[in-house]
Amino acid sequence: MTVHETFEGGQEMKGRDDTGLKELAREKGAVLRLPEGVTVDPADVDVEVGEDETMIINMGPQHPSTHGVLRVMLELDGETVLRSKPVIGYLHTGMEKNQEELMYIQGSTNVTRMDYLSPIFNETVFSVAVETLLDVQVPDRATWIRMLMMELNRVASHLLFMATNGMDVGAISMMLYGWREREIILSFFEKVTGLRMNHNYVRPGGVAADLPEGWQDDVLDICDAIPPRLAEYDDLLTGQPIFRERTEQVGVITADQALALGATGPILRAAGVPWDLRKDMPYMFYDQLEFDVVVGTYGDAFDRYAVRLNEMRESINMIRQIVDLVPAGDYRVQDKKVTPPPRARIDESMEALIHHFKLFTEGFKVPTGEVYVAIEQPRGELGAYLVSDGSAKPYRFHMRDPSFVNLQCLPVMLRGGFVADAVAVISSIDPIMGGVDR
Amino acid sequence: MGLEDLSHNFITGNLETLVKWARRNSVWPATFGLACCAIEMMATGAANYDLARFGMEVFRASPRQADLMIVAGRLSQKMAPVLRQVYDQMMEPKWVISMGVCASSGGMFNNYALVQGVDQVVPVDIYVPGCPPGPQTLMHGIITLHELIRTGEIMQRRQSSGAGAGLTLEGAGR
Amino acid sequence: MSDSTVEQTETETAAETEPETAAATPGQHVLHATRESYLDVVKGLQDEGYDMLVDLCAVDYLSHPGRVLPNGVEPERFEVVVNLLSRPLRKRVRVRVQVPDADPTLPSLFDLWPGTEAMEREAFDLMGIVFTDHPDLTRILMPEDWEGHPLRKDYGVGRVPVQFKAAPSTR
Repeated sequence: MTVHETFEGGQEMKGRDDTGLKELAREKGAVLRLPEGVTVDPADVDVEVGEDETMIINMGPQHPSTHGVLRVMLELDGETVLRSKPVIGYLHTGMEKNQEELMYIQGSTNVTRMDYLSPIFNETVFSVAVETLLDVQVPDRATWIRMLMMELNRVASHLLFMATNGMDVGAISMMLYGWREREIILSFFEKVTGLRMNHNYVRPGGVAADLPEGWQDDVLDICDAIPPRLAEYDDLLTGQPIFRERTEQVGVITADQALALGATGPILRAAGVPWDLRKDMPYMFYDQLEFDVVVGTYGDAFDRYAVRLNEMRESINMIRQIVDLVPAGDYRVQDKKVTPPPRARIDESMEALIHHFKLFTEGFKVPTGEVYVAIEQPRGELGAYLVSDGSAKPYRFHMRDPSFVNLQCLPVMLRGGFVADAVAVISSIDPIMGGVDR
Repeated sequence: MGLEDLSHNFITGNLETLVKWARRNSVWPATFGLACCAIEMMATGAANYDLARFGMEVFRASPRQADLMIVAGRLSQKMAPVLRQVYDQMMEPKWVISMGVCASSGGMFNNYALVQGVDQVVPVDIYVPGCPPGPQTLMHGIITLHELIRTGEIMQRRQSSGAGAGLTLEGAGR
Repeated sequence: MSDSTVEQTETETAAETEPETAAATPGQHVLHATRESYLDVVKGLQDEGYDMLVDLCAVDYLSHPGRVLPNGVEPERFEVVVNLLSRPLRKRVRVRVQVPDADPTLPSLFDLWPGTEAMEREAFDLMGIVFTDHPDLTRILMPEDWEGHPLRKDYGVGRVPVQFKAAPSTR
């Protein structure tokens, strides 16, 4: 039997005496170097609680409410969390190493599997990074198609958050509703890309295929179908006393703490910071769309829920605008360097066949350089750092995944709360372990 | 006592058939979601595809209460001991579905980080292809497993069916 | 902020505008810091209004020695890349530091941004960069007893040879 004997050792939570002061403060939720008055006093968590009276418990990596394979170690005094430490890496797939082995033309296949709930964003940020180095101008239609797909993907991703968040705090019917609505969007994705997940649809130079005939009606049907269901969620959860009890004033993080920890997306916005790359540093054609950035006030689990719920409404509005704005034209750049010849040309032209063959066996070369591109993903800022050495494969590709960084907020949010709330807090961060571990 | 005294209809059969019928119709899966496939596994359990039709809607969080482990997603080197431990905690009879190409063979990630197929760690009964397999594909795998249970032996399942990639289970089910 | 930091930041900015270097980093603001000035440069940028550290990663330039660098920057094997974001200025800046193979150490930014904790652990785990004064420099993604640093260029992909053989026919 080939069982790989491993131990996690130093990655686990150590006893208080063995833990360095800084790390201890961090596990207690202190965020260092904040302005006076915001700094958490590390001593106020465990006053008069000796180490022999507390208990270190382990949650995960195989746990139904940790969203995959997250493992959290908690030191408890009775029901109260004194300190906590997320342990990750249980889904480490070595994708950044794999990316160095794949040609640019194959790269989307790999990145789409990183954060598997927002595959279109992963592909887009990779493609934009490659196009920036190539200095290729993508046709407007391709960019608009990307935006359309991204906003649909954002709605699908937030719907899944609604489902799992509901399930984690005990609203099982929400789980079924969230999935029901998500299927509507997935069926459109399947129609466009051929796959329900991991689409490999957005590629350097454009998108893989044009939108199918009658896509406007499909998209508008989605836009008509989703908002009434969101109103249902409002009835089911937003005003419901049990749900509010479980999420209000739970997992609070302040704006300063969130900024110091590098948190982005709904976590930062729920804390009251109106920061959305789509609005503040517009990329693609987001400056042509009218939308509001949804901001919370208290930075608790309920605000994060509310921010995501209303972001879906904004996204639906944006999708309606995008449907009117998608221009006619090419769906991928007519640059022979990156785009294969059309299928029909291959049948009649030897050169086209050779060109097609060369492109898919040797790939295209990208000039030497390095670039960092960031877009706003459902969970925050998704950044791609790409280094090219002039060959057909990336020299180094690093994905800045929002889940990975956002997860560091966990000790801050859990500090002083009940262990029963830990589930609601983890859920409200909405970490996708595929993105965290890559 | 003769059967003529009974006032209701009845069916006769051997005990083995009855046991297999009961096992087949209430296979409770353990939640072992790892990656993308877990999302599709949950989608299969949700309203649109409704795994309850096969008596399988109860995803048990505790391996002690589960009969079936659906390994949904890529298995990293770090996760492999955990998977094995959860498997060992499950009660016999137990089955394993390897969902998706990553679980079945490592898939497109042939590198340092991933175990190239969960059958190196636990014996697998059904391999479900796809990246990720759609709910229909998973359901096909489940129905195939049901058929395997219906036609298999109840006492010496591993040896007779040849399932589990030739691995024997020493000390399992403690 | 000390005056020397400003001066240095400005000279580095000047180095970035050389046409050759600018082409390699299209439209983006890049600073090169030495290991000694690294903390001061980043601290200076924080004081200038770069209030978020969005990303920190390391690159191994073992098999790509001829990369474009501004004059005066000595290429080393490793490079640590820090991406900063300023919300008030709506600007990004990237700080690149050369880290030699013989002594792959760099001061930790944990005291400036506690959010670098996980990022620096990732760089340590996958690339073997040692961050001094980091509170808990342990492996983060790989198992604790793993040998080597997988993202280094001299570390193999770890590909397992795939066997192709005829499957026993079922019919």
